[in-house]
Amino acid sequence: MLSFVGLALATVQNQLGPDPVKQLALLTGNRGFQFLLLSLLISPLAQLLAAPYLIQWRRPAGLWAFYFLSLHLLVFAQGYIGWSWVILIEELIERPYISVGALAWVLLVPLALTSTRAARLKLGASWAILHRLVYVVAVLGCLHLIWQVRSDWINAGVYTLICVLIAGSRYRNALRF
Amino acid sequence: MNRRQFVKRAVGGSAALLAAQAVASNSSGLRDFDSYVSSKKSGWAVEAPDVLTPLENVTNYNNFYEFGMDKSDPAQYASAMTLDPWSIRVSSDGGKTVDVQFEDLLRAMDLEERIYRLRCVEAWSMVIPWLGFPLADLIRWLDPQENYRFVHFQTRYTRSEMRGTRSFSSVIDWPYQEALRMDEAMNTLSFIAVGLYGKSLPAQNGAPLRLVVPWKYGFKSIKSIASIHFTNRQPETSWQAIAPHEYGFYANVNPEVDHPRWSQRYERRLPSSLFNPNRIPTQMFNGYGEYVADLYKNLNLRRYY
Ligand code: HEM
Repeated sequence: MLSFVGLALATVQNQLGPDPVKQLALLTGNRGFQFLLLSLLISPLAQLLAAPYLIQWRRPAGLWAFYFLSLHLLVFAQGYIGWSWVILIEELIERPYISVGALAWVLLVPLALTSTRAARLKLGASWAILHRLVYVVAVLGCLHLIWQVRSDWINAGVYTLICVLIAGSRYRNALRF
Repeated sequence: MNRRQFVKRAVGGSAALLAAQAVASNSSGLRDFDSYVSSKKSGWAVEAPDVLTPLENVTNYNNFYEFGMDKSDPAQYASAMTLDPWSIRVSSDGGKTVDVQFEDLLRAMDLEERIYRLRCVEAWSMVIPWLGFPLADLIRWLDPQENYRFVHFQTRYTRSEMRGTRSFSSVIDWPYQEALRMDEAMNTLSFIAVGLYGKSLPAQNGAPLRLVVPWKYGFKSIKSIASIHFTNRQPETSWQAIAPHEYGFYANVNPEVDHPRWSQRYERRLPSSLFNPNRIPTQMFNGYGEYVADLYKNLNLRRYY
């Protein structure tokens, strides 16, 4: 599956116009966020539709989100800052939208690592608490977009609205630790 | 020639034919300018290590928010703009207002080709062979009578033809506006382009006439000019109005002054690719310091960005 997407990206390379770096950053960022929201939507949907089998899609959705956002980070490292630590640190300090994005990605790492069945069994109840971090990631993702708004807020607005709606539908669960 | 070869050639041939037709119909709307001073003669030829950005990239990767936010939107939608007839409203603080026909203006000017670097504030850049005339020539021809301190430009604003201006989520207060100090406007570098790559400007590049100020970020180089106003008060520009801490009046290319969104130290010279992003260091005044640095010798460029 990984190679499939890699290939797809390689083929679109020539069709991404003269600035593929930027197009890829937008593409991977948006896909990643969409999968993240999808993973968050699955539980409420399963409840709403009384369709527990939907839950099986939650883990893959989350992993796809992590996958695309990791590509997002790679594109940034390669195309925007040329793998320079100095520039990375400067970007993290000077540009809050980059620092919240980076924090969001860092928080996703333990979630991806503990996404296996074995980890889930081992962690027991703390697994569920740990995985609530995904809501923090979503909020940071929204901030990442809101900070990027220049003259048009539609993209940031839509993502934020969906996050608010999901949070609204889940707030009772959040109180149940 | 066996059958397979024949089929291959036939397919190749018709593809070439189709491509030729596509070029013809694309350019059919564009006019040829038969006499102009070439870049070699004008003194503004391309200099190594710069390389011309291919026409295809110059005309398909544009910021022209009147037609949408995506870089490909202008190429797709700008053809909706009525270019002929085109008149430019010229006015000043004290004087009268006149409408100048673009055709009359064009007839009065001597065309030359100039190859300039274009540096976008979004940290990408191109090298473009413009066709046009010095802004100073135009200003002298328009003859504002007095010595005004600023010149203020507005882009055409026709809601019905510009889908981007109908977007409810855009916060730009149309029409788009830009301005220069008069000494900047009279500088030899300041240019009004009416064409590129030897033909008239495609709509998405700011037809029929646009400003080109190569030592400033691209958003200063206002497109599809519909009005010119001479004034003594410093005009507010569109991006300044939206985010004054991000976009200043001057917007000189300056690697030392960072934009909150993009580091300005490097730029991606287009076309770039993922594996070779073509990142190059950005030069002060986009490399045009010898012509313009004097304009700012008494100005704190950190404060007046
Ligand atoms: C790993 C750290 C991250 C870095 C360094 C980073 C950096 C960036 C940059 C530089 C852009 C702007 C591209 C441009 O306009 O030139 C961008 C866009 C974007 N990022 Fe991130 N990002 C990070 C993490 C994330 C995360 C965790 C999410 C989602 C939850 C995300 C979602 C997005 C989206 C959706 C866009 C596109 C916005 C648009 O369409 O205008 N990013 N990111």
